[in-house]
Amino acid sequence: MSLLEQFPREEYLLKGNAACAGCGPALALRYVLKALGPRTVLVIPASCSSIIAGAYPKSAFKVPVYHIAFAASAATASGLVEGLEAQGIEANVVVWAGDGGTVDIGLQGLSGAAERNHNVTYICYDNEAYMNTGIQRSGATPYGAWTTTTPLGNKGRKKDLPFIMAAHNIPYVATASPAFPKDLVNKVAKAQKIRGFKYIHILAPCPTGWRYDPRLTVKIARLAVMTGFWPLLEIEHGRLRLNNPSTNLLDPARRRPLKEYLELQGRYRHLSEEDLKVLQRQIDEQWARIKAMLRVQEELEDQVEQGQGERQR
Amino acid sequence: MREFLTGNYAAAYGVKLSRVEVVSAYPITPQTSVIEKISEFVEKGELKAKLIRVESEHSAMAAVIGAAFSGARAYTATSAQGLLYMYEMIWWAAGSRLPVVAGIVTRAIAPPWSIWTDHSDFMTLRDAGWAMLFASSAQEVLDMTIQAFKLAKELMLPVAVGWDAFITSHTAEPVEVPPQEQVDYFLGEKKKSPAAVDFENPFAHGALAFPKDYPKFREDIHRTLKAAGEVYSNIERRYYEATGRERYGLVEEVFCEDADAVMFIMGAAAGDAIHAAGELRRKGLHVGVARIRSIRPFPRNEVEKIARRASKVIVFDRSYSLGFGGVLATEVRSVLHEEGVDTPVISVTGGLGGSDLSPEYFEKIFLKGLGV
Repeated sequence: MSLLEQFPREEYLLKGNAACAGCGPALALRYVLKALGPRTVLVIPASCSSIIAGAYPKSAFKVPVYHIAFAASAATASGLVEGLEAQGIEANVVVWAGDGGTVDIGLQGLSGAAERNHNVTYICYDNEAYMNTGIQRSGATPYGAWTTTTPLGNKGRKKDLPFIMAAHNIPYVATASPAFPKDLVNKVAKAQKIRGFKYIHILAPCPTGWRYDPRLTVKIARLAVMTGFWPLLEIEHGRLRLNNPSTNLLDPARRRPLKEYLELQGRYRHLSEEDLKVLQRQIDEQWARIKAMLRVQEELEDQVEQGQGERQR
Repeated sequence: MREFLTGNYAAAYGVKLSRVEVVSAYPITPQTSVIEKISEFVEKGELKAKLIRVESEHSAMAAVIGAAFSGARAYTATSAQGLLYMYEMIWWAAGSRLPVVAGIVTRAIAPPWSIWTDHSDFMTLRDAGWAMLFASSAQEVLDMTIQAFKLAKELMLPVAVGWDAFITSHTAEPVEVPPQEQVDYFLGEKKKSPAAVDFENPFAHGALAFPKDYPKFREDIHRTLKAAGEVYSNIERRYYEATGRERYGLVEEVFCEDADAVMFIMGAAAGDAIHAAGELRRKGLHVGVARIRSIRPFPRNEVEKIARRASKVIVFDRSYSLGFGGVLATEVRSVLHEEGVDTPVISVTGGLGGSDLSPEYFEKIFLKGLGV
């Protein structure tokens, strides 16, 4: 059975949409909507998806869409879900936002909505820059990457939003990739079964902004995971867990060389050996932190269990 | 039932009686007690609404927009900086044709910091596609808040109800609170708005419009608001039939019939102006007060008629278009020019940042206007 046959046949991202060839976000959205089904309303802030959705009076999405201002998606979804609940209407309220609308201008509203724990699924499709306005740096742009506002390479470090969201103690946080659609679909479906605020962060390659041949989208998305640049993980009710294939990548020896991921992308063409080391170090630190978190988590769970045991005696 | 209520509490009662389903707000002086009272209603179970205690005004307006898109009746309230912070979403609410209602407790804009009234914040709504009503008493705040929900529904546009910081917001007055069944009868059955989410026939709301389509959306709002005077009058009549409360129209006229000099004024200070006019009448001077209750729709016909009868028009503004002058005066002059009324118009701006206004102050303005 082919991969696609394992998902619902219904297509909610329609043909003829305005996405670029090889668009990572569009690919991810196709899977996301299959997982969500027709009883879904998308809230979309200013982003590539405002365009992919198509111009008035048409829509490329087979579910209701509410287009909203850049900073306002999480708060709008808050009101939408509460309004539906007040009227006894059941539906999946889902924000579909880019990295700019999430990690930068939308962060305050996102933080507020997460803290209030509305029954919303917020999905960030991260193509690591303001692509809709023509490739300007965002808070999600990795170190070293070329953009039109970092012509010599980005000096900042990619903002780690999944863990910032986890610090809100929301019931579900996950990372995903369009190169691992089964994992992605499972996570979106799981999120719909959990009541409260869910955050899913998808690293979605952009051929236009990352400067690569559109046919390489899935390959690059896969390499992002296999090199350890983008770990697939979930944090369910505070409990961190790696997902395959990232589960095996705790051992650095099993990670593919970072160069394989970078050399396919024009945005990293100018990287010096020194830059490469900086980026590699950031990835190593990320994994060291995940490893430490998993260890501490186990210790804490043991302690809690012991404590309960002692109280029972 | 007669209650002793501040303007802010009157707004909260209006919200409760209108059976609002979603309230979202962020605290700011002098709006806070509106939301505190509503919170009390919600937590005691007297109002079955979802209360979204957001982290900013931008989110407050976004949340009520989302709620209105769900088809729910939604309310927020704010002042000054809060209104400016939500300004992007103010336009979004109107552009989306969503029937949001917002209470605007008018407060001067900083810096310098001020918590006292003037109308500069309220007037920023002027071009945004909102209906804009303004109350001058706690009673009117309650009545207008209830009327606003019906107006919003009929226009498919958001409605702002303004009232002055402290003078109206924090001063308690006897207020006639209509029984629930009268308000239920007045507001009628909730009908599904064509602008609300539809899972059976999904559409994309707010999608990119090319230049051939965009102007249609703006023109439609313009036409709707321009014709909204009659809609409001009908609503006021139906409110009167349901509750027996007074009707004022878009402009409340006091001593205007035979007045030589008429003062157009909006908000709580109208009380002082009316008092001054009464005093001057006792001295044999024919002066009147025309209290503006709606900025959008602008009461064109009323303004024209009143000004045509008078030999002098004074427009009192509690706001500035900085570098130009009084906003209300500009609008009155524009209407009179278009209608070919050549009554001279004197523009006076005062009461900014809560600076004191009194009957004596208005007497002086009247006398100056009359050239006495």
